[in-house]
Amino acid sequence: MINLTNITKRFGQYPALHGIDLSIRPGEFIALLGPSGSGKTTVLRIMAGLEFQDSGEVRLDGVDVSSLKVADRGVGFVFQHYALFRHMSVADNVAFGLTVRRNKSRGKTRNSRRDIRARADELLRLVQLDGMGRRYPAQLSGGQRQRVALARALAVEPKLLLLDEPFGALDAQVRKDLRRALRDLHQQMGLTSVFVTHDQEEALELADRVVVMNAGRIEQIGTPDEIYAAPATPFVSHFVGETNLLPGSLFGRGHGDLHVRPNEIAIVAGDAPDDRQDSAEVQIVNRFRKGPLWRIEGRLACSDRLIEIDSAPGHVVPAPGDSIWIRPKTARTFPASPDLPANSLNLPCPVSRQGEHA
Amino acid sequence: MNAQIAGATAEGVFTRAFLIALALLFLAVFLALPLVVVFAAALKAGLGPFREAISTPDAVSAIKLTLLVAGISVPLNMVFGVTASWAITKFSFPGKSLLTTLIDLPFSVSPVVSGLIFVLLFGAQGLLGPWLAAHDVKIIFAVPGIVLATMFITFPFVARELIPLMAEQGKDEEEAAISLGANGWQTFWHVTLPNIRWGLLYGVLLCNARAMGEFGAVSVVSGHIRGETNTLPLHVEILYNEYDYVGAFAVASLLAGLALVTLVAKTLLEWRFDLNSSHVTRGAKP
Repeated sequence: MINLTNITKRFGQYPALHGIDLSIRPGEFIALLGPSGSGKTTVLRIMAGLEFQDSGEVRLDGVDVSSLKVADRGVGFVFQHYALFRHMSVADNVAFGLTVRRNKSRGKTRNSRRDIRARADELLRLVQLDGMGRRYPAQLSGGQRQRVALARALAVEPKLLLLDEPFGALDAQVRKDLRRALRDLHQQMGLTSVFVTHDQEEALELADRVVVMNAGRIEQIGTPDEIYAAPATPFVSHFVGETNLLPGSLFGRGHGDLHVRPNEIAIVAGDAPDDRQDSAEVQIVNRFRKGPLWRIEGRLACSDRLIEIDSAPGHVVPAPGDSIWIRPKTARTFPASPDLPANSLNLPCPVSRQGEHA
Repeated sequence: MNAQIAGATAEGVFTRAFLIALALLFLAVFLALPLVVVFAAALKAGLGPFREAISTPDAVSAIKLTLLVAGISVPLNMVFGVTASWAITKFSFPGKSLLTTLIDLPFSVSPVVSGLIFVLLFGAQGLLGPWLAAHDVKIIFAVPGIVLATMFITFPFVARELIPLMAEQGKDEEEAAISLGANGWQTFWHVTLPNIRWGLLYGVLLCNARAMGEFGAVSVVSGHIRGETNTLPLHVEILYNEYDYVGAFAVASLLAGLALVTLVAKTLLEWRFDLNSSHVTRGAKP
């Protein structure tokens, strides 16, 4: 459906993308996930034709559209800040694409004014805004505005729907509703869609496949499950989900970094020296409720590094000031990478303490 | 809350009264009084001489010339101003900051110098003077020179009004329009222009007021030929120098009247403008 081959892009001196390869199948719902500055929006804008790559190729349905302008690519684009035409009514906003196309062909297309009006009403119904056509964007809430923007993009019957941080400017509850609405809409219409987000929850919830980006490169492409359970790179492991980075040497597991989620850490008794085998001491600094569990924050006794632990249900929750011993139940090991933010903040622990207790 | 903030920053009663009185006194002496004097002096001898003064052939010719100059330079500057603002706010290109600076040049240069620039360029001894003389084109001491000087002086008004406005609005709406299939002209006509219309009108109004009132630059290039190259401000000066005070003030009152009309229109526009933007921001809840 859409294929990007070796796309590169610079903004002045700043290299934004280094060789992006991506294939999207018809009907797929794709999330481009990454921190700000990772190049995800640039990839989306290059797909749309709002930005042009320095080298590489964009193919839509097998046709090279690299040099086509946005108007000729048959894509719908939804902007983060809606970009509604503020002086036009909601219905005129939705009808805009059809109206300008009609005017361009001097009214020779099948679309009469009445057809266009009917189509706009139909789309407003689709995004659950029937009867709002006469209002102006300023009179709508953020969520409603984004629905109008969605209807407006769908009006021109695009082959590909592109959404730039579509929920970025909305508050939590509206975000959730709109997310659901978008997913329903996608299931209903089967329109190939790509959206950009920095919110991993959003990406994992909505997308068929997630493309994780960092510093102008694709780190991993996979289903939400693959991304979460089998991260391919230390960056993905650290960026998706909550992850503690622990020095492997501390637990007798080699010299790499152990990536451990808060729920993968076991609290061991630590009374007997045997318990302390392959474990590390943690000073508790804080605890708070997190849904059904307690989140415990502590510092590794040997390095001051902050560790987040989820208490298992039914156990006594350690209080601030307590000292506990922990051991990773499961973990992913990656070569130690100093680039990850957690690693740059702390001094590493001294080498394995196994010998002390043996 | 507001009262508290005001309380914290407010001066004592005496200081406040003093500052307000000072400001009012200043306004009265330097703005209100001259305006009253102009109209009073113009009508001192009654309506008859007033009407006579503004209907002499020279005065009528000056009025016509002023209208002609404004009629040419204001629309052109409207087009240039929109073009320049569009280029500066919607594109990035090398030399952009230079262009932004150059737009302000007419404001920072003395009008006399602005006039001299054109004399140096197009005058008999100027750079292009001999060529123009050979082809029998008159620019200096003729209407084209006056139009050029006026355009130069009034160029910044529209652009300076539009650049901050268009920069604030960003280019999202234009991108949305082209992504929906609109071409450049449709985008400008249906999306950009409606968004800037009040700011544009405001800029045009100020531009027009200055175009009709400009003295310095026009004085340098006009040559003061009565009935031919005298605009209203120049005509006022001539009458004044000839001790025709009633005539001078009668014609001056026309210009003062224009200033008042501009001021009222500007206030109305600002009010409308404010209403518009607050209307938008008030609705801008997530």
